[in-house]
Amino acid sequence: MTEEIRQIIKDHGRLPIDTDGLVANTDLHQAGMTSHASVNVMLALEDHFDIEFPDSMLKPSVFESIASIEAAVSELRAKAGVV
Amino acid sequence: MAVRVGIDLVSVDTVRESIREHGDRYLGRVYTEAELHDCLGTEGTVPERLAARFAAKEATIKVLRPTDEPIPWRNIEVIRHPSGWVELELSGCAATLAAEQSLGDFAVSVSHEGGFATAVVIARRT
Repeated sequence: MTEEIRQIIKDHGRLPIDTDGLVANTDLHQAGMTSHASVNVMLALEDHFDIEFPDSMLKPSVFESIASIEAAVSELRAKAGVV
Repeated sequence: MAVRVGIDLVSVDTVRESIREHGDRYLGRVYTEAELHDCLGTEGTVPERLAARFAAKEATIKVLRPTDEPIPWRNIEVIRHPSGWVELELSGCAATLAAEQSLGDFAVSVSHEGGFATAVVIARRT
């Protein structure tokens, strides 16, 4: 899942840096991901993993890093019964 | 401090990309029906207007200074006056956060040119 998320960030995050260098806890906003780019990342994550982020998860900490995104996606997939 | 200010700058191309790739899912998650109506031009949705409204939402969030509270974009609505100026209406989590901090008298101004849209929001602690 980590590499899938990294690819989504690479394709939609509009980061000004090489995303291959992102580690799990790199702060994506500090790395240059804008607020609107994070919308595109969110929608791409929903499409790819067939999930929907509820309003309660629309907060900075969820989309802060690859690790935090992976935790949120895993939580939503678990709730949906997807292994 | 009695006054807070927020500002945001949005690339119109990123909005076009969102419309192209995610269509109504993007539009419905971020903008209210009234905002979408205000962004219609003679040839459909005008991405510059959407970008300006997104900038206004983000500028408002900067004024609200959430620590990590979720603020759905539709909780911050940009309302266009028939004469052309815009105002803000907060609801849900955004309104709650503003009330908790005694923030009121929100005012907004938006603009767009050269592929970018921007917005400035101010509010006063009442």
